[in-house]
Amino acid sequence: MKIRNRGDAEKSGLNMTSMIDVVFLLLIFFVMTFKIVELEGDFSVRMPLAGSDSMTMDPTDLPLKLRLQADENGKLTTMSLNEINLGTDFDQLRANVVELIGTTAPVEGEDGPEIEIDTDYNLRYEYVIRSITAVSGYKQGKEVVKLIEKIKFAKPRR
Amino acid sequence: MKVKSKKVDLAEGDLTPMIDMVFQLIAFFMVLINFAQTESNDRVKLPSSQLVKPPEVPLEFPIILHVAQDGEIILGGDDYTAETLRVGLQKELAVIKAEGKTVEDANVVIRAHKDTSAGDVQEVIRVAQEQQLENFALRVKEDNS
Repeated sequence: MKIRNRGDAEKSGLNMTSMIDVVFLLLIFFVMTFKIVELEGDFSVRMPLAGSDSMTMDPTDLPLKLRLQADENGKLTTMSLNEINLGTDFDQLRANVVELIGTTAPVEGEDGPEIEIDTDYNLRYEYVIRSITAVSGYKQGKEVVKLIEKIKFAKPRR
Repeated sequence: MKVKSKKVDLAEGDLTPMIDMVFQLIAFFMVLINFAQTESNDRVKLPSSQLVKPPEVPLEFPIILHVAQDGEIILGGDDYTAETLRVGLQKELAVIKAEGKTVEDANVVIRAHKDTSAGDVQEVIRVAQEQQLENFALRVKEDNS
């Protein structure tokens, strides 16, 4: 009787120590390597070297010209779209783009309007992205309405 | 003797709920772990935009250029300036050509820091254009606010 009791007691108490060790190691590994993934997307810009292609021959319309000027700290001071001064208001820029294009309907492919961004050398890149955001479309609820898809840069100003 | 054996029971404790929780945590972190972190760089903090969406199909033959705040360019773990970037790009293009593709198939992904100067990004584009590259993607962070 004594022997049977001992045996039963040992079997029911499984030794968990090693498993818990390994499991905690795994847990620590995953916690350490964990990093919240930020979702990223692209603005695509197709810019072949000027002069060597047929894209420069635009039969329908001239590209819109967006001029961005910065102060010495790289902060945006003025924007002008086709010589229309817009200050630093990106909503105003978007409204002007809508007006100039004439339609808010999305234009697909190669035939859409084109914009050339001419920026001061030291302007902070963030402002360039904000202006690209303003000219390339806007959000209507969850839908994105596209305006200009063809974006190019002018020659860098030194 | 009986009292002693009861003490042994108390000392062991019930580990089941703890193990349940620990396994749940492991499962959570395993699912969320991102192994494709080679694209990101600690020196680059991307600007954000509300319009971008993560691409459904990844770009073909990407050449990822990180532009740090001081204008330094990082390509494949090596640092370049706008003047020396040509060498790095030629190496990348050699790989692409070896796979039987043309230069036009390559996509240059520019991940520039939001406070870097726009001119530095333009210089990067200019150098890439000189290598006949023409497809560029300006990488930005998705802004859901």
